[in-house]
Amino acid sequence: MKIIVCIKQVPASTEVEIDPITGNLIRDGRNAKMNPYDLYAIETALRIKEFNGAHVATISMGPPSALAVLNESLWMGCDDATIMTDRKFGGADVVATSYTLAEGIKLIGSADLIICGKQTTDGDTAQVGPEIAENLKIPHLSYVDKIIEIKEKSIVVQVDMDSTEEVWEIDYPCLITVNKGIFTPRLPSYKRGKLFKDYEIRQIHFSDMKDQNEAHYGLKGSPTQVERMFPPIKNTDKEIWEDTDKNLALKLSKKLKEMKVV
Amino acid sequence: MAKKGIIVVNKSNVKQELIADYVKSCPFKAIVAKDGAVDVDQSACKICRICAKKYADVFTFQEIEEEKINKDEWVGITVFIEHDGKKIHPVSLELIGKSKELAKVTGHPVYALLFSDDEKKFTDTLLSYGVDKVYSYEHKLLDHFNVEYYVELMADFVSKVKPSTILYGGTSIGRSFAPRVAARLKTGLTADCTILDMKKNTDLVQNRPAFGGNIMAGIICENTRPQMATVRYKIFKMPEKVKPFGVVEKMSCKDIKFKTNMKLVEVKEKPKQIDISEADTIVCIGKPFKTKEQIQMAQEFADLLGAQLACTRPIVEAGAMPAIRQIGLSGRTVSPKLLICLGISGAVQFTAGMKGSEVVFAINNDENAAIFDFVHYGLVGDVFTILPELIKNLKGEKDV
Ligand SMILES: Cc1cc2nc3c(=O)[nH]c(=O)nc-3n(C[C@H](O)[C@H](O)[C@H](O)COP(=O)(O)OP(=O)(O)OC[C@H]3O[C@@H](n4cnc5c(N)ncnc54)[C@H](O)[C@@H]3O)c2cc1C
Repeated sequence: MKIIVCIKQVPASTEVEIDPITGNLIRDGRNAKMNPYDLYAIETALRIKEFNGAHVATISMGPPSALAVLNESLWMGCDDATIMTDRKFGGADVVATSYTLAEGIKLIGSADLIICGKQTTDGDTAQVGPEIAENLKIPHLSYVDKIIEIKEKSIVVQVDMDSTEEVWEIDYPCLITVNKGIFTPRLPSYKRGKLFKDYEIRQIHFSDMKDQNEAHYGLKGSPTQVERMFPPIKNTDKEIWEDTDKNLALKLSKKLKEMKVV
Repeated sequence: MAKKGIIVVNKSNVKQELIADYVKSCPFKAIVAKDGAVDVDQSACKICRICAKKYADVFTFQEIEEEKINKDEWVGITVFIEHDGKKIHPVSLELIGKSKELAKVTGHPVYALLFSDDEKKFTDTLLSYGVDKVYSYEHKLLDHFNVEYYVELMADFVSKVKPSTILYGGTSIGRSFAPRVAARLKTGLTADCTILDMKKNTDLVQNRPAFGGNIMAGIICENTRPQMATVRYKIFKMPEKVKPFGVVEKMSCKDIKFKTNMKLVEVKEKPKQIDISEADTIVCIGKPFKTKEQIQMAQEFADLLGAQLACTRPIVEAGAMPAIRQIGLSGRTVSPKLLICLGISGAVQFTAGMKGSEVVFAINNDENAAIFDFVHYGLVGDVFTILPELIKNLKGEKDV
């Protein structure tokens, strides 16, 4: 069995850190990390590997710095890793991202199961997984929170819906996105890391793609555009109280009483 | 008008002493400075053009040419109707209400798109909310959501009706189904919009908190149709019922490929969970609440008010409270009569989920905190000294 896990590097914090001396934006390991939801996707794949010896590969599209998260995935227990990186892939929205990843997955070759995290912490759309599935013309289930049975030709999973849990059996090849908490992700192992000392992560660039039409990738392949940016609408009808903490507490309890909430 | 393009750097105009300011001007950290040179990281750049406005000599917007579509061929605002086989999900009705407002700008009709095993269960309700037309696909296999069937049906609908806009509820179903449609039709889809506006030229402006950055983004699909968006439950108001005037148009399932590689085995009801979006009074805590004792204190305060205790995302990430109690873009939308925010900075992703609240209080020791832009009463002070006093006062009042 072959499993491919899609992972992404995301900013570690929402604050911009700038080196006070050089004025450079700090973009080292401290500022970027693996999308936390992807750790659950990797762990799910590794549990399946433990069960049936599946081969687990990770793939990520992003700048060269994303190699860090691919390395982390190898240290956790994955067998292979691929980065898709090219200026031509830059500026992609979900449509272009998922198309590029789907084409990359085809280049790696026939996966039985593709696993994605439920969403990313920087984009939060939860759209890339389902769109990859559509591009590959395979079925998918989002929000899987339990693996019930791993069969030879299919997998039985539980899906977290808004007010119900649904159990589905889905044939390979297929894609699932997994919820936080499906399993507890393991830590990367330094010992295992050493095995990959001479391993070279495969790089896929635009020139390696089968579809050489630039209009399908990156900014050009992205139907959505940001038209304008604006601060959220503020409330101007307000009172600001500045006083000692004790007086503030007193004032607030009076106000709450006045409002009859207590 | 927004055109597609990229930001380019005019290297000769870069002023060394301003490099740090260039970098800071970008809310997406896309401007990179290295060894005295400035570059734009195209993978991070959202083409918001803030840099081009501020430093026009250095950053310019370079247009990319592309073929234009004929927008006149795409007519109608469509709401995908979600149901559980018995009842329509209220978010679909909220979206019908919003669509009717949007349709006033363009004069487009409003459609409800229904997939079901028995349309009679739903059509009267849909018509009573004032849609112009219900497009109904009826088939015995449509008793339950199956994403593979649904994509086939949607592709059929779009090819026959050519709607300008399609809106989906941001539910488990909507968030799984809509992206597949986007990939199939190669069109844009904006997740979790909090404000929708329609332009005269039929472009839907899809506003949502920007990806990262404490700012809102207005997103459009300038050159693809249909344009699509998902909206979470309770972002828009429930519309009033009207005297029905619309019609039901039956769509043929004859050409639909009902082929699937997935099978529903079982549906289990979840134990009833508390739903903070229904609460009248909410106390919401932010990141400074770290210890059990601090959270317990907030709980005690909430109990005194008969309020639900909610939190921001960092609290959920720390594992201190369950995700169902998180307010915001990736949590619940709330609109209580009273909301009290304790130690919350007021990030745009948080405020997106609480703007409908009637009266908002906030305690924050930073007088410049953004949360004070969203309150009716702002208390500048230390929450961990105010809260025990407050509890004491409230308890005292009760005893009297
Ligand atoms: C895609 C995406 C989606 C997101 N979705 C959500 C979401 O749904 N909900 C959400 O909440 N966040 C969300 N976030 C995160 C959001 O951007 C903020 O990081 C988060 O809301 C900050 O939470 P906070 O206000 O509790 O913490 P902070 O921003 O750390 O603010 C803490 C505040 O407490 C004040 N403070 C500290 N000590 C005291 C004290 N002793 N007394 C009084 N005040 C004190 C500080 O002045 C500060 O203003 C999302 C982010 C992204 C990128």
